[in-house]
Amino acid sequence: MKVANYIKNIFVGIWHLGQGMYVTMLNFCRPKVTQQYPENRGRREYGERFRALLTMSHDAGNHHKCIACGMCMNNCPNGTIQVVARTETDPATGKPKRVLDKHLYNLGSCIFCGLCVSVCPTGAIRFTNEFEHAVFTKERLLLQLNRPGSSLAPKPAPAPKPAAPAPGGGAASPEARTESKTE
Amino acid sequence: MKEKMSDRFGWFAGEAATVADGREVFTVPADRMPEAAAFLKECGYNFLVDMVGMDYGDALGVIDYVARSENTADVVVLKTSVTDRERPVIPSVGAVWEVALMYEREVHDFFGIRFAGNGDMRRLFLRESWNGYPLRKDYDASPEANPVPLENESLADMDTVPSVEAGPDGRERTVLRPLYGEEDYVINFGPQHPAMHGVLHLRVALDGEIVRSVDPHFGYIHRGVEKLCEGYTYPQILHLTDRLDYLSGTMNRHAFCLCCEKALQMDVPERAVVIRTIFDELTRIASHLLGWGSMCMDMGAVTAFMYGLRDREKIMDIFEETAGGRLMANYNVIGGVACDLHPNFRKRVKEFIPYMRKMLREHHMLYTGNPIATGRMAGTGYLSRERAIALGVTGPSGRASGWANDLRRAEPYAAYGRVEFEELLRTGGMTFDRYIIRLNEIEQSLRIIEQLIDNIPEGPYAEKVKGVIKLPQGDYFQRVENARGQFGVHIASRGDKTPYRVKFRSPSMVLVGALKDVAPGGKVADLIMLGGSFDYVIPCIDR
Amino acid sequence: MWSFEKLTQWIDTSLHGCMSDGWALLVEFVLIGVAVLVAYALIALFLIYAERKICGFFQCRLGPNRVGKWGIFQSVADMIKILLKELVHIDRSDKVLFRMASFFVIIGSICTFGALPFAKGLQAIDFNVGVFYLLAVSSLGVVGILLAGWSSNSKYSMIGAMRSGAQLISYEISAGLSLMVIVVFSGTMQLSEIVAQQADGWFIFKGHVPACIAFLTYLIAGHAETNRGPFDMPEAESELTAGYHTEYSGIQFGFFYLAEYLNLFIVAAIATTMFLGGWQPLHIPGWEGFNHAMDCIPSLLWFFGKTCVCMFLAMWVRWSFPRLRIDQLLSLEWKILMPVCLLNLILMSVVVIL
Repeated sequence: MKVANYIKNIFVGIWHLGQGMYVTMLNFCRPKVTQQYPENRGRREYGERFRALLTMSHDAGNHHKCIACGMCMNNCPNGTIQVVARTETDPATGKPKRVLDKHLYNLGSCIFCGLCVSVCPTGAIRFTNEFEHAVFTKERLLLQLNRPGSSLAPKPAPAPKPAAPAPGGGAASPEARTESKTE
Repeated sequence: MKEKMSDRFGWFAGEAATVADGREVFTVPADRMPEAAAFLKECGYNFLVDMVGMDYGDALGVIDYVARSENTADVVVLKTSVTDRERPVIPSVGAVWEVALMYEREVHDFFGIRFAGNGDMRRLFLRESWNGYPLRKDYDASPEANPVPLENESLADMDTVPSVEAGPDGRERTVLRPLYGEEDYVINFGPQHPAMHGVLHLRVALDGEIVRSVDPHFGYIHRGVEKLCEGYTYPQILHLTDRLDYLSGTMNRHAFCLCCEKALQMDVPERAVVIRTIFDELTRIASHLLGWGSMCMDMGAVTAFMYGLRDREKIMDIFEETAGGRLMANYNVIGGVACDLHPNFRKRVKEFIPYMRKMLREHHMLYTGNPIATGRMAGTGYLSRERAIALGVTGPSGRASGWANDLRRAEPYAAYGRVEFEELLRTGGMTFDRYIIRLNEIEQSLRIIEQLIDNIPEGPYAEKVKGVIKLPQGDYFQRVENARGQFGVHIASRGDKTPYRVKFRSPSMVLVGALKDVAPGGKVADLIMLGGSFDYVIPCIDR
Repeated sequence: MWSFEKLTQWIDTSLHGCMSDGWALLVEFVLIGVAVLVAYALIALFLIYAERKICGFFQCRLGPNRVGKWGIFQSVADMIKILLKELVHIDRSDKVLFRMASFFVIIGSICTFGALPFAKGLQAIDFNVGVFYLLAVSSLGVVGILLAGWSSNSKYSMIGAMRSGAQLISYEISAGLSLMVIVVFSGTMQLSEIVAQQADGWFIFKGHVPACIAFLTYLIAGHAETNRGPFDMPEAESELTAGYHTEYSGIQFGFFYLAEYLNLFIVAAIATTMFLGGWQPLHIPGWEGFNHAMDCIPSLLWFFGKTCVCMFLAMWVRWSFPRLRIDQLLSLEWKILMPVCLLNLILMSVVVIL
């Protein structure tokens, strides 16, 4: 009995080993899953929501939507964003208002949590899926998001309602409301 | 419980028992801790879920969350504090709940409270020469107080164990004893080692190939998450939770969101609840696949690891498409989820389920029946049910020892109350049981997803929350079942926009603690395989 | 079938024609030495590439594909890298033994490699106790491994070396017994004679059941002798980081690495020579046309083809199975393989007597 078991165990073992080898051979013959990175540029699709680089969208007239409220700066856990703004007097109303000078973004310390985008009252900044960030010096990771010479987009003339708040961002900030009134 | 406590202890006044966050809270004087703890254990509360050190400003204290092992949802809270900030000593409850020995070391490390009767009062994360106790509110965080050392941490420090014992004159005194004798063959596994799943450092005493004792050292990637949290607003803390146990990031984040939502008494839209559940289960599958793969790799089967990663990649792609992140999905937010499902989500998940089933069959063929693998896994690494409870080993590892501790069953959160799934239990408690239970849990997770994926209700995906979130004053504790066990979040709020204290219960830490108990007597190869079968994640330990 | 003897004879006569006998012998020694070393290095490079590529394919990857088309120059690049690396010497290690260890390993494998019959008439030396020589020289490697582990002054290396000692010595018994089966069957230990006897049918076909069993047991035992998974206990990267060669770097590590791959080749080549007819083509008695067609394939190709099949088998096994534990490893040898081998040897003796 013991000898029979011993022999049986050997054969059962060989059978299972054979099954394992069958699986590896199956995978040997299957198409491979490796992504060959620089070659597959343009062929592989990256998720459109993939958070890889913070950008500020500009329209054709070099206008952005940032009202320099500083919500993104205050909400960033790492101090990645710095909003440099100056105060100007609005020629139409005579009231002082904040105007964006520089929107500085340090890609090197960004952890891509997406808080800045979700709190932005005007939807001025958003994440894009451009992920190729390798540079030779740290300084080149310091980005300025607003283009030189850009300015706040004028609201369309009728301006019936303030801009819809971004999802999860709560109500539009007071600054945004002032904007829409003055324009 | 309150009546029982009053009946038993003359000193126990009625007002010392309150109810907070839906749980009974007993505040006892420090010197009464051991007897109160022993009594709770007598009443069936034999599973110490978590021990939270607290700095109340004028006093230092600990909060113990204790559950019954039969029903881990039934939690009572035991609180104590001492006013002496110079030499705070609290009697240890390690004799009652063994896992406390490790938690007490953590509290000692961060708050400077020493526990009389705990035989090992080394610091758990920081080096012995560290000045100050970081989680105290009056901690001096300036770099001058703790300059970066230019020398290696001394082995003598590592291997000398101080403990606090009552001296002949009745005062507590510190007793030092060496951990290893002259004849011990001590070998370092880690912090840089191919099979340590991160930067865990095990000091292992060997007798030839046989392991005599294991002494884990933590803290090599400690980031001070709990301290950081005290300076962050609640939405900001969320991104740190993903980075604790990065393999079950979504679930950890879920726990924190649930805790905040409970404190804010907020209802989460039905759609978000279902989406969260699906994401949790996808994360669990991904984590178990990696756990399976890395365990196989620890046993020398590199191919299996690749297969595990290959299948996990499909889940990562699904995450990327909907949540915008792969490992750090950053998807749950307080009040719901960050963005709506991607239009492709349902289709891709439905494609994934049959694919995963097919691959599971292959994984079983490749590895489960393999006589080499089964020969190694069967009969090694025995952890009994009693030991699992005493050591607080939850999750798949605890269930492999026959302890039903699945919070999805015991305390159904999210959508778990309305889906059908089996809480898998095995009675063996061997390495093989821990191995097989993970693969079988993947099957159960697929089942859960299958039930939910066609029934995602329409509606908003997130509740609107205020720009600045302030939790009402109080202590809140919430657990979820993550891929490694019960992950807990303790938030102590004083009504500010930042929490007063945050503590995370790491299921991995107790798993490494269990290694100390299980590994001796096995071979070196068994120790490595045990590490794979417990499937701990170091960043969760080194918070 | 074209024989390499014509080539070697021609070199011999032309050398003797232009110099004295002593000088001619010396030049021949040097030529053979160079040829063996070059073949050794080329086969090692090829094997490293093949292993990585095949391993990649088993794991659903592509394997190396950056250096040259399909990565074919990958192992050349690796070799250059390994030559350029610094040789790190460990504090308080036994320097002399530490350096010697890698030479022991590589010399052991080169000596075995040199005695193999690669093709018709292509054999550097043909001992009349060839099988015995192969067994003796291939066990030189274990000395190197033990020395490496001992002299490194590292606990990982030490454990690895001790495991290796236990493993190699045990499995040599099975490997030797399996080869003995063929020696009993053929009645000779001379490799050329063994190959010649397989002209009308390989031993695995001619030798009845015992030869098949011996082939299997030799593959297992030989695989274990090469320290490759699932028998890679001495290295066991997940347990002992790199086992006995943890502390080695640069070309000293390269020697261990080369020897590992060449040992794989040697085991496959011995299996080919002893069981699969060496360089003999596949002949089926009675099928004249088929036999003639088979004869047109050069003997060198036959030998390498069969060896490659054996090596592929070894790689397939390596990338399918987990590693054994040391006690499982030893019980596999002493409780299963060795009894089977002994019984098999007796069986073969009975077959020969009948």
